Amino acid sequence: MSPPAPVVLRAEHLGRVADGRALVDDVSFEVRQGDVLAVVGPSGAGKSSLLRLLNRLDEPTAGAVYLDGQDARALPPRELRRRVGMVMQTPALFPGTVAENLSFGPRQRGAALGDGALAALLRQVGLGGFAERGVDRLSGGEARRVAIARAVANEPSVLLMDEPTSALDDVSKREIEALVAEVVRARGLTCVVITHDLAQAARVAGRVLVMEAGRVRRIGPVEEVLRAEGTGS
Amino acid sequence: MLKELVPDPLLLTLAQAAVAGAAALAVALLARARRIHVEKELAIALVRGLAQISAVGSVLLLMLKGPGWLGALALAGMMVAAAATSARRARRVPGAFKVSLQAIAAGSGSVIALMALAGVIDTGVAVLVPVGSMLVANAMNANGLALDRFRSDVVAHLREVESALALGASPEVSVAPWAQSSFRASLIPAIDNLRSLGIVWIPGLMTGMVLSGTPPLRAAIYQFVTIAMIFASSGVTCLVGTTLIRAQAFSPAEQLLLRPGEGR
Repeated sequence: MSPPAPVVLRAEHLGRVADGRALVDDVSFEVRQGDVLAVVGPSGAGKSSLLRLLNRLDEPTAGAVYLDGQDARALPPRELRRRVGMVMQTPALFPGTVAENLSFGPRQRGAALGDGALAALLRQVGLGGFAERGVDRLSGGEARRVAIARAVANEPSVLLMDEPTSALDDVSKREIEALVAEVVRARGLTCVVITHDLAQAARVAGRVLVMEAGRVRRIGPVEEVLRAEGTGS
Repeated sequence: MLKELVPDPLLLTLAQAAVAGAAALAVALLARARRIHVEKELAIALVRGLAQISAVGSVLLLMLKGPGWLGALALAGMMVAAAATSARRARRVPGAFKVSLQAIAAGSGSVIALMALAGVIDTGVAVLVPVGSMLVANAMNANGLALDRFRSDVVAHLREVESALALGASPEVSVAPWAQSSFRASLIPAIDNLRSLGIVWIPGLMTGMVLSGTPPLRAAIYQFVTIAMIFASSGVTCLVGTTLIRAQAFSPAEQLLLRPGEGR
């Protein structure tokens, strides 16, 4: 039996209070290399707030995040965010072409995304030949793919995804789920994905964290959580 | 007509102020007929404006007889007041007063100093304070516009800004498009003033100079000098303001501080 993969991302008693309200309260979990953790819960449960603490878009008011065993606060914010990529709920693409969007991240650290790497990345997200297309000419599903490719172009070790299929039709939803699975597998990414749908969590993740009112209600392997939540088949 | 009725110069001035104020109040009464109630606000503003400008006139009268450094002191006081006014417009921007003060002082202060050194404006209190105050006031307006526009643009493009941050961009890069647009927008009034000078409007300074007997061409050229100085001072103010505000909009950990309420 092979040893378990190393823990890449660990949250310890993480909390955030804003405007006198606890958005995230004493949340602890860890994600091993190559694993996908789905964070599930109703609107207002604190899922997005939790995700923003993991790449320090917001500052935790309690607890800490560790990346490869190192306290995230010890890393320069830009370095942390390069290593912990994020795909927002609504793909906010920058004006310009798909290629310009994909090369944005590498450019920030003085690197260039070569033509070969760009083409390979676009093929991987099913957008071969889209490099010079303007982002204003993309469908909703295509924009999601570009947003995922843009985050991956930065070569992160962790990918955070905030409801990557929200507001998509069922067909596009399944396509994005398959794409996420493929990208995570092919690049050996560690992934935290937010969804409000337990069934989707079961399709994309190995482990599930259920949040309620900012706290962890349950965490464990998918089957176990589904059974406990009364939605298992 | 007033001149014949009121021969005393001071009383004539007061009568002229009363007639102009009555015209403004008449507009308020017209508005009232359309159920727009601004009469109380306007009456207070008129009295307050008259009191303020009369006080300034009295202070100027005293300063004309005082030493030159009094003029610099008066301008410094105006800059602080301008920064406070400007910061109120952008009160949801952290550190707005400090940024405004630095920007206005840098913009109007540098232009006043340069122009005084170059001999473009007289360093006598009688010229330095009124001309300097025009630069400070316009710098204040431009700075207020720039900060307000920057804040509203960043809030309107929160997702783009945070997407850039999440991709490892610096705060400066992540808000660069909106710092540029706020700089451009804040200079529109100054550019329009320059563009329409003499065609759409004949500014007060030139009018005053002509009324006091300066040859119209000389008054016109001096007015151009003033408007160009206003543009320069507003431009430097906005440049400094939009540069400083970018730093104020983020925490030391490069987190955007302009986000409205949380709780997703």
